[in-house]
Amino acid sequence: MTQPSPSVPALRRAFGDAVERATVSCGDTIVYLRPDRVHDALAWLKTDPEQQFDYLTDVTAVEYRDPERPLEVVWQLRSLPRKADLRVKAALDPSAPLEVPSVCDLWNGADWLEREVYDMFGVVFTGHPDLRRILMWETYAEGHPLRKGFPLRGHFSRAEQTRQALAAAPEAHYSLDELSIAEAFHELPKDMRERLRRGERGFLK
Amino acid sequence: MSERTVEYTLATPGLDARGRVVDVPLGLGFKDTHEYRAAGQFDESFGAEHMLVNIGPQHPATHGVLRLVIELDGETVIRVIPHIGYLHSGFEKLGEYRQYNQIIPLTDRTDYLSPMANNVCLALAVEKLMGLEITERCRVLRVIACEMSRIISHLVWLGTTGIDLGAFTPFLWSFQERERIYNLQEAWTGARLTTSVTRVGGMMADVPEGWSAGLREFCRTFPATLVEVDTMFTRNAIWIGRTQGVGVLTREEAINGSLSGPMLRASGVDFDVRKDRPYLDYETYDFDVPIGEHGDIYDRYRVRLEEMFQSTRILEQALDRLDRLEGAPVNVSDPRVILPPKSRAMSDMEAMIYHFKQVMEGVKPPVGEAYMGIENPKGELGYYFVSDGTAKPVRWRIRPPSFLNLSALPRMCVGALLSDVIAINASVDIVMGEIDR
Repeated sequence: MTQPSPSVPALRRAFGDAVERATVSCGDTIVYLRPDRVHDALAWLKTDPEQQFDYLTDVTAVEYRDPERPLEVVWQLRSLPRKADLRVKAALDPSAPLEVPSVCDLWNGADWLEREVYDMFGVVFTGHPDLRRILMWETYAEGHPLRKGFPLRGHFSRAEQTRQALAAAPEAHYSLDELSIAEAFHELPKDMRERLRRGERGFLK
Repeated sequence: MSERTVEYTLATPGLDARGRVVDVPLGLGFKDTHEYRAAGQFDESFGAEHMLVNIGPQHPATHGVLRLVIELDGETVIRVIPHIGYLHSGFEKLGEYRQYNQIIPLTDRTDYLSPMANNVCLALAVEKLMGLEITERCRVLRVIACEMSRIISHLVWLGTTGIDLGAFTPFLWSFQERERIYNLQEAWTGARLTTSVTRVGGMMADVPEGWSAGLREFCRTFPATLVEVDTMFTRNAIWIGRTQGVGVLTREEAINGSLSGPMLRASGVDFDVRKDRPYLDYETYDFDVPIGEHGDIYDRYRVRLEEMFQSTRILEQALDRLDRLEGAPVNVSDPRVILPPKSRAMSDMEAMIYHFKQVMEGVKPPVGEAYMGIENPKGELGYYFVSDGTAKPVRWRIRPPSFLNLSALPRMCVGALLSDVIAINASVDIVMGEIDR
């Protein structure tokens, strides 16, 4: 099957030049959208009676080994009633901040998936209600592990990693949100309270 | 006879001033709250503060290194904040530094309760990337691997969930049955947990002689245990009380939250990857997909229990096909992915070149990308590969089913009791190796 999905011409009719290009790889249709129009296009794909992509299978990102190629954010969509799949991509300009609109308001399932992409690639999903690290801890300071510039063993030496792990206060494993409920917040060291109050993440002194 | 009616009062025995035994009532006393309030004896702030309870990461009821921070009003859950990542191993990053066949051992360690199904998904994803058509015997063997994994994974779920809700006996039954599958798994792959049973284009090994008789015996006797579990749980008043109407997700919520597998089907969504996107000839097997209607813990239990019966049915059919395909080749005869026989590699120039290229360079899929989703015991496991034509993937993405199923936990727990959080968390059937990867 090398024919792209019929959703592609429909998207072109509805969104015109926001649809950059479409290809087929291993039988799956891939549509490239302009990053700023992604939210509108996905909302349309979800609700349009002829598309009905009601299920968000996955959100992830791809960075290529070729440093010239832009980082891509990938949405895997599925229509349960129509039994159809569509892969939507947005190529992010490497010279600008890595930002795409969040689709959390469309699918609850996007919540953790977008947090993971933010954690692993540093892509900021604007409009996400609670965009913080998910797999790495909140004060993780080495960067975003799945970026190609991130060495397999991490940026810091093993000694530095050990030192930071031993120096971390247990309170650092609670989010500001949780600490503000707990009475323990007032018993924290002053500098930590201030850091948490500023909403600071990823810094260990 | 009516005089023998016994009345229990909420009281503890005590002594009065004259040394006579009396009942001292529990609680504040007989006065109503407003009487205390009038007298200025009532602390208005009593009970107004929310409590923060931390469960895990080292807690048996969280099924792994999951940590839940729970905000409580009395015993009612206001919100749940899950913290994950304690088992993060960077599998996706490691995969970018390995050849495709070398990634298979990593997949064992993601969802370690169903390693063989993960191996199958990886091989299928790379084969989709390369456009390879595998042999029929290989497809049958992989179906057997997937369904065996489904049974052992659901048995672990059944046993541990029973323990979480106070039923110990079915845990012993289910682990006894699981042990029998593990023995078969060990006889086939040489390992109980880290099976690494597939290869791109085929299998690591065919099943040994006499093996299928052992699996047939298992299929014959296993349903009896399930019937016993069914007798113990399905109409058990305690079980029903703890599970019915608890942790409810509606159909719309389940779809919106990207749930999959038994969690999705218990909410009444008729979606099973085996039926809707058939792979490995699943469309030719005769089996039913159980669908729940209430989306609560009880329906998830019923769905998983029935899935085990159905998996046994599929295994029986697959074993018949395996007998029919006795002696048929397992691996594809494609020198790009499967090593030529050693005898040919030592005598035939072309075979030796292929042998050398495969060992030194590895399997090289063409430039492209492929997403392959299969119905794992926990839900839809998806492997998404991006290849730039070299022997190592540019990106290996695991779409972890229990990661997405767990992300619905905060929404399921709000308004429930603290003890229900344990039951709801158990019903999600998480495995942290896969969530944290």
